[in-house]
Amino acid sequence: MIGIEHYLTVGAILFVLGVLGIFLNRKNVIVILMAVELILLAVNLNLVAFSAFLNDLAGQVFAMLVLTVAAAEAAIGLAILVIYFRTRGSIAVDDINRMKG
Amino acid sequence: MLIQAIAFYFFAAIVIASAVMVVMARNPVHSVLWLILAFFNAAGLMVLLGAEFIAMLLVIVYVGAVAVLFLFVVMMLDIDFAAMRAGFSRNAPLGLLIAAVLLAELLLGFGAYNAGGLTLGTPDGTAMQAADTSNIEALGALLYGRYIILFEIAGIILLVAMIGAIVLTFQPPKPGARARQDVGKQIRRRPEEATVMKSPEVGQGIEL
Repeated sequence: MIGIEHYLTVGAILFVLGVLGIFLNRKNVIVILMAVELILLAVNLNLVAFSAFLNDLAGQVFAMLVLTVAAAEAAIGLAILVIYFRTRGSIAVDDINRMKG
Repeated sequence: MLIQAIAFYFFAAIVIASAVMVVMARNPVHSVLWLILAFFNAAGLMVLLGAEFIAMLLVIVYVGAVAVLFLFVVMMLDIDFAAMRAGFSRNAPLGLLIAAVLLAELLLGFGAYNAGGLTLGTPDGTAMQAADTSNIEALGALLYGRYIILFEIAGIILLVAMIGAIVLTFQPPKPGARARQDVGKQIRRRPEEATVMKSPEVGQGIEL
């Protein structure tokens, strides 16, 4: 019998893989953005799993909002990436320390 | 029940394997394709949970829009991807350490929950899916009813993201770079100074 723990485990593994991706691909902003998408997918999976097992649809409404924010974030992130590449000719994270923030 | 278990392990294994490949792939184009596979199988998991609408949204929004956007940007930018992976093995120990710590923390949380040290709230039963309604029907009633404000805010977020992306990437055309449309000139044009079409007799010529 597949319980909520199984889904939460898959979500946890996906989340950790996303975090790992951010650290492994520190030079490539595109893969970092994809890793963020993986993290948000893990969050969605957890929300939907809880929503299904508690029989409360609010979790699925929140999953939809997470989806919206993920789409907006991808669009803005890639737009920033494109203008950065246009001006600097590189997308390496190490080069993006101009502001020394 | 057995079918459900088999389907769950099938989808979960492919999700995790393709997530590993997203992180590990040498070529970002391959990463995007593995990401698409991961989203498809996550949608399968959500179908197993009975959340068909979220599953379809995942396929439409992620595979249809976000992944294609990623693919578009990866292919549009001319980047030396081999040089991008220079720090891969150097960063690996730190990344694996942080991932291991994070996974241990999450498992600790599960352990605490299973041991009863953590209580989750119970639903108040106001957002339950009635037995005779479909998932989409119940979700729609909830989304356009109680959560209408959140729905509107989501719309505003998408609008802001759209305007932001356009403003960020829009390049005003350089003056004189190419022929441009001059609306004022087009409106000032009169019929008297326009070209007229005549069909002259043979050998007669035309009068201007």
